[in-house]
Amino acid sequence: MNQEYRYHLIRVSQFWIRTAMSWFVALLIFFPIAWMLLTSFKSEIEAFSTPPSIFFKPTLENYILVDERSDYFKFALNSVIVSFGSTLLGMLLAVLAAYSMAFFETKRTQATLLWMLSTKMLPPVGVLVPIYLLFRDFGLLDTRTGLVILYTLMNMPIMVWMVYTYFKEVPTEILEAARLDGAYAVKEIIYILLPICKGGLAATVLLSLILSWNEAFWSLNLTTAKAAPLTALIASYSSPEGLFWAKLSAVSTLACAPILVFGWISQKQLVRGLSFGAVK
Amino acid sequence: MLSPSVILLLVWMIVPLAMTVYFSTLRYNLLYPGEKPFVGLENYYYFITDSGFLAGMSNTFLLVVSVLLITIVLGVAISVLIDFEFKGKGIVRSMLIAPFFVMPTVSALIWKNLLLHPVSGVFSAVSKSLGLTTIDWFTNYPLLSIIIIVSWQWLPFAILLIMTALQSLDLEQKEAAKLDGAEGWKMFWHITLPHLARPIVVVIMIETIFLLSIFAEIFVTTGGGPGFETTNLALLIFNQALLQFDVGMASAGGLIAVILANVAAFALIRMIGKSLTDHK
Repeated sequence: MNQEYRYHLIRVSQFWIRTAMSWFVALLIFFPIAWMLLTSFKSEIEAFSTPPSIFFKPTLENYILVDERSDYFKFALNSVIVSFGSTLLGMLLAVLAAYSMAFFETKRTQATLLWMLSTKMLPPVGVLVPIYLLFRDFGLLDTRTGLVILYTLMNMPIMVWMVYTYFKEVPTEILEAARLDGAYAVKEIIYILLPICKGGLAATVLLSLILSWNEAFWSLNLTTAKAAPLTALIASYSSPEGLFWAKLSAVSTLACAPILVFGWISQKQLVRGLSFGAVK
Repeated sequence: MLSPSVILLLVWMIVPLAMTVYFSTLRYNLLYPGEKPFVGLENYYYFITDSGFLAGMSNTFLLVVSVLLITIVLGVAISVLIDFEFKGKGIVRSMLIAPFFVMPTVSALIWKNLLLHPVSGVFSAVSKSLGLTTIDWFTNYPLLSIIIIVSWQWLPFAILLIMTALQSLDLEQKEAAKLDGAEGWKMFWHITLPHLARPIVVVIMIETIFLLSIFAEIFVTTGGGPGFETTNLALLIFNQALLQFDVGMASAGGLIAVILANVAAFALIRMIGKSLTDHK
């Protein structure tokens, strides 16, 4: 065996070992989700069997029963309304704020941006009591409107920041040309900025949807029955009385699937939003 | 156009915070309507001398530090491992980041009931088949169980940011270092790791903000118990004050959480400012 061939062999085997290791680690991390999916197709008895069964007769019973047992669609509707509502409202405010920050920059712009981010440093538990009392007095407890307001405020700093970094990349010459043609602010935003930045804006929308959909502090503390979203429905499965793990898995799968897909679609652009533009 | 969002955020930040400060000086319980006498720092005294306070503080600290360590060490290791071209890299990446998009209540309950359960969980089945004794995770190592769950949720965040940063590490830079004889560990210490300083700093910052106020994961699994073993600051305020409708004490606790978060943020920004200038 000559030297060169040996060297080649080592490289090839190194490559395959590394590939195998990468797959192994990924499967390990993904395992809980895969197991949840698998369990959702088991009967309750199989879901609790020892040792856990891998081969079983799959059933759709949990998915069929899910609405009957837990009113799934009511909670899902709340989740959809609250996360889309807060995203829509948040985007409107964020686009306006980012527009003036990116194109009419003043000395205070950077400080304002940093201050906005610093509001995220406030732990929610620190303001839970006053928010609870305010909600009670304004009749917002257990309402979707209340959650929409909270989530909008919660996510706005990140959204402003993200949209700002995308707007910053638009060459000002384009806007100047448009202004010569007599475009005013709203027109500028709708006809020029939105089409140019649609990728970035889509990522911002997705991030806001993901964060609101998965939020589980305010939803657990401020809703009881009427406006409770899916995070609260899942939490109701934590009571030790019922061992409905197959059903828990089915509900969980339904609750996570849409957001998982959104996350996968937008993973590349999310990095930027999640790191406030520090990592591109 | 900036003003709506600035005003909203300002109101959102100042009004509840001012109310928290005010309530924290009153003897104010929702169960006993009537007078709310000013009591000075009495609520703070009761909160700090509460039997759960020390446990709450140390658990908060342990949770933040261990999750940070685990996610960053594993995050760097996994990102470096998969930083090469191979078949199915897209799928591997998608599997690795998936846990981040699963809602907190779902990941907590799936881990508790399907994986860590002492009778029917996957972990116990695996340890049995290896001839080891099974561990009742949530009874014997409650805090460790929470740390495992939270680390699993946040590892993808670290991977996502570090992986993206690795891709921007110049190939030419790598080749040049190779020509200089840098291989393996040397390459990692002198080229790769310094390049990752920035994303790691971002991961520390953002994870700290969120980890300081972990709530849902503990709420649906242990509720803070047994005893105070898994009670962090957020749970302490919830269990010791809110469940007893003690607005005064909950506000005092909330303000302590706010101060803690600000101290942490301040320390981080100083530390991080230093580390960034060190490498530039």
